[in-house]
Formats: sequence, C-alpha cells, structure tokens
Amino acid sequence: MIRVLVPLPVVLPLLAAGLSIAFARHQRLQRAMSLVTLTSVLVVACVLLHRADTEGATVVQLGGWAAPAGISLVADRLSALLLVVSAAVLLAVLLYAIGQGVADGRRSTLAVFHPCYLVLGAGISMAFLTGDLFNLFVAFEVMLVASYVLITLDGGKAQVRAGMTYVVVSLLASVLFVTVVGLVYAATGTVNLADAAVRMADVPAGLRVALGLTMLVVFGIKAAIFPLFSWLPDSYPTAPSPVTAVFAGLLTKVGVYAVIRTQTLLFPGEDAIGAVLLVSAALTMVVGILGALVQDDLRRLLSFTIVSHIGYMLLGLGLYSVAGLAGAILYTVHHIVVQTTLFLVAGLMERREGTSSIARAGGLQRLAPLLAVLYLVPALSLAGIPPLSGFLAKLGLLQAGLADGSALAAVAVAAAILTSLLTLLVMARVWSAVFWGPVAEVVPDSDLQDNIDVGVARTPRLMTGSAVLAVTGGLVITVIAGPLYALTERAADDLVERDPYVSAVLGSDR
Amino acid sequence: MSGNLTLALLVGVLYTVGTYLLLQRTLTRVVLGLGLLGHGANLLLLQAGGPAGEAPFSTEAGGGVAGVAGGTADPLPQAMVLTAIVITFGVTAFLLALAYRSWVLTGEDEVQDDVEDRRLARLSHEHPHEPPRAPRPEDDP
Repeated sequence: MIRVLVPLPVVLPLLAAGLSIAFARHQRLQRAMSLVTLTSVLVVACVLLHRADTEGATVVQLGGWAAPAGISLVADRLSALLLVVSAAVLLAVLLYAIGQGVADGRRSTLAVFHPCYLVLGAGISMAFLTGDLFNLFVAFEVMLVASYVLITLDGGKAQVRAGMTYVVVSLLASVLFVTVVGLVYAATGTVNLADAAVRMADVPAGLRVALGLTMLVVFGIKAAIFPLFSWLPDSYPTAPSPVTAVFAGLLTKVGVYAVIRTQTLLFPGEDAIGAVLLVSAALTMVVGILGALVQDDLRRLLSFTIVSHIGYMLLGLGLYSVAGLAGAILYTVHHIVVQTTLFLVAGLMERREGTSSIARAGGLQRLAPLLAVLYLVPALSLAGIPPLSGFLAKLGLLQAGLADGSALAAVAVAAAILTSLLTLLVMARVWSAVFWGPVAEVVPDSDLQDNIDVGVARTPRLMTGSAVLAVTGGLVITVIAGPLYALTERAADDLVERDPYVSAVLGSDR
Repeated sequence: MSGNLTLALLVGVLYTVGTYLLLQRTLTRVVLGLGLLGHGANLLLLQAGGPAGEAPFSTEAGGGVAGVAGGTADPLPQAMVLTAIVITFGVTAFLLALAYRSWVLTGEDEVQDDVEDRRLARLSHEHPHEPPRAPRPEDDP
C-alpha cells in the first residue's frame, strides 16, 4: 500500500495550491496550509527514500495502465534523495518568506506567492518522480510557469526585463524539448523512459548520439551549463530574496537531474557525449567563476557561482563511473543546500546594509556577528574547505576524475581545482568587502528587490531562524557524509546498471 | 516509417521563420517567433506518430502502444500535441502580458539591454577610440 505515497509529493501541493487561491484573503490559513503541505511532502519523501534504499524503487502506474502505455512514477534512490533535499529546502525558504512577508506586510503579492510556491514545489517533485519523457516536459512546464509568476512578482521595470529574458529562453528550451520528444518517439516508438532505454539499443549509433546531444542542449539550458548559461545571472537577481534562493537551489538542479537521468538511462557510456560533457564541465566551471570574480552586486556574484558549480556535477556525469556519478549526486545535494543558504544570507545582509553592492557595504562583522558566521560557513563549504560538505563532495569527484586516467578527465580535474581556488578568492573578496573594514553608512539603493524600509525594517527572528536552519542543514550533510556517500554510491550503482530502474518499471519478466 | 513530405517541409519552414523572428529586437516579433516555433515542434511531434489513419478506436483487446494496429492513426502523439498546445497557449498569453507591461513601463517594444552589455557600453564611452553608442534612457548615470 506504500505505493499510494508516490504521487503525494505532486498531488498534495497542487491541491493545497488550489485551496490557497480560494483562501487568498486569509493569510494565516494560507501560511498554515503551505507549511503543513510541505512538511507532509518532506515526511513522504523520507519514507520513499527509506523504502527505495531498503527494498528498491517504488513504482506507480498512473490510472492502472501497465508500464509502456501509461505514465509511470518512479521513486528510486536518486529521485527519492533529491525529493527529500528539495522538500527540506522548500520548507526552509517558505519559513524565510513568511518571516519576510510578515515583516514587510505586502499583502497583495503575498496572496499570489503561496499558490505559486506550492505549484513550483509540485512541478519539482513531478520532475524528480516521473518515468516518462513527455510527463517530464509537463513537469518542467508546471515548474516553469510557477517560476515565471514568481520572478515577475513585483512587476517593476527590472523584473519585467529579467522576466522577459527568462520566459523567452525557457520557452525556447521547451520548444526544443517538444522537438526532442517527437524525435525520440519517431526513433523508438515510446516516451516511457525505461521502455525507451531498452529500445534505444536498436537505434543506429549516430542517431543515438544526435538525440543524446539534443537532449543535453534542452536540459543544458535549464541547468545553465556553458555556453547556455547567460540568461541565469541576468534574471535570477531581480526576484525577491526567497524566490531567488529557491530558484538558485532547486531549478538548475532539476535540470541537472534531468541530464543525469536521461544520459545514464537512454545514452549510457556514449564516448562522444562523455567528451562533450567533460569539455563543457571544465568551461562551465572556469567561465562561471571568472564571471563571479568581477561582479559587484552580491546577487549577481552568487548567480555566477551557481553556473560555475553546475560544472562539478557535469564532471561527475561525464566520467560515467560509479564513483563519478556518486560524487555528482553528493555534489548536487550539497550544492542545493549551500547555494540556497548563501542567497538567504545575502537577503539578510541586504536588509542590514540597504544595498546588494559589496563595494558600498562594510564593517558588517561588527554590526551583525551572527550574520558573519551564517555567511562564512556556507561560503567556505562552497569553496571546498575541509571538513565541510563541499570539500567531501569535491574530493569524491576529483578522485573519480583522476581514477579515470584520460587526458580530458585530467584537464577537467585541473579546471575543478582552479575553480575551487577561485571560489575561495571570490568568497574571501565578499568577506573582506562586506564584513571587514569601516562600518559603511547605510544608503539604501533605489532599486532594492525586497521592498524594505532600510534602517526601519527589523529582521524578524523567523528569517534569521530559517537561515540558521539552512546553515545547520549544510553542517548535517557534513556530519552524515559517510552514510550519505554510501547512499549516493548505491544510487550511482543503480544508474550505471540501469537494470534496477528498467525492471522496476517494466516488470522483471520482460 | 513513411513520412509526409509536405508536412516535413512545413515543419522546416516554421522552424526557419520562427528562428528568424526570434532573433529580432522587437518583443512582438519574438513572441510571434516563439509561436511559430511551437507550431513547428507540435507538427513534428504529430508526424512522429506515423501516417494519418482512421480514428483510433479498436474493439479488439490489446492493441500495442507503438505501431498501432493496421489502418488507425497513433493516438499518443495527438494527445501529447494537445497538451503541448495548451501549455504553449498559456505561456504565450503570459508572455504577451509581459510584453505589454514592458511597453507600459518603458514605452518601447524592444528587448532591453543586458546589464553586462550596458556596463560594457559605458566602458566604451570612456574609451573614445571606439564609436560611441547612442545613449538610452535606461543607461543609469
């Protein structure tokens, strides 16, 4: 009966979103509904992860139609793990958003915020759970449509400009997605991922590589890999802090998940695709971090670090070994938590300083020592300083890269090390500009994204509290890194073997 | 699988025109371009289902998913195209609203410059050996 749980992470937020619109005038009720829903999703996700790890993937055939005909939802180790992390992050950011909303008291946008946020959550869960290529497209659309509204929530000049770029780029990626679904259907006659994985063996090698690369472009746009990333630093920074935080943590990682899932399942071990992945991983890392190095706006700077660190996950996938994939999955988990935390803390810093320009801030360490700690821990983790989670994840990836032995892998590993050092430089630059030095006079920017009265606005305990929670989450990953790595290794094993997934969906008697 | 040449050519034309429009600076053309691209993709998906045929109702049990029993059209791509059309429709409506909002706010129907581009433009102003760009209202001082 446990299979009933599988659709819940999608169904619950969608139902709650509908109710949330109906009760738009009752703010407390809206908040309570969002909290209860996301908490239940987290619990369900934990149960699914436990079950996936002990008894194998849980599969539900929607509507009772057997596998290749109907839509399958699959909660295997990778899906369930990412589901748990995303539910936890959604919950933490929700607390932050509630704290901020209560403090700033903007009723009109808040009423829209909750339903959209829940739909976003449903879309993310569906993308992780689905075992069907077309359903994956629908999941992406559900997620993106909610994100379109969230990114243009204020409707100001900057939001509209950024929203336009974001919507057009996403829509273009969606059109390409439909194209690739059509091509896969023409080539294999199925859109069920497990079924397509089996039939892809009969597709001519050249066509297979072409399909694989097209799919890489589709998800590469969403995951912001080089050279398809330039929309990201341009659009993310203009949204309100909690929205940017959740986008930064989750949306690109859904793209990364889709890349990992489709490449391992449909196009396993294609050397051509592996080479493309490694080259683009190295370039993503280096170009992204060089972009971050020259930014003055903290949000833009952090957006470039997202791009840069997507490269690490691609590196792990490009190696296509159990160790590489395990490293990539662990890195994804670490990066979701750490990047979200950094954006939440950046929101708090902006609130204190009245600006997101690091040149105009200063001396925050004396004004807000807690904030300094909250920034330092995830920043060092992102840079990969031992013993934090970033170090452990990077170590796994670098070892896997060196074990690979090819020249291309060695170059990518060198790029990874360089990027790690440059990340440390970027993080240290922010630290010395914002936290050290003389206390800067608070002169609020004219175009603050978070409509606040600087100097008057308090920082509610709930906002700080949720940032503390997120930082703690990052530390928890560090503490449980051993069992977590073992889990990601088992998940990577499933991915490389492919059979656990395929036989779970199609039945073992195939 | 036998293809339909007319449809294939039409898909090609739609993609070409769509891409051309997408590369324009005017927002309206970008929106139109995306619409055409969407139609192209939908037609391609429809073609992936094989030749047209009779309505896919079958009294016999167990017609497979792919390669449907003789004479009938494959219903799956049609269902998928319907879904895709609905989604594209919704998003295009949102995009039009956004383009209108942009026009209300800035008074022009153009894609706004990228932040980084503007910074570069400002730098090139300081180095006069390059031809200066016409100043725009959104160039902040």
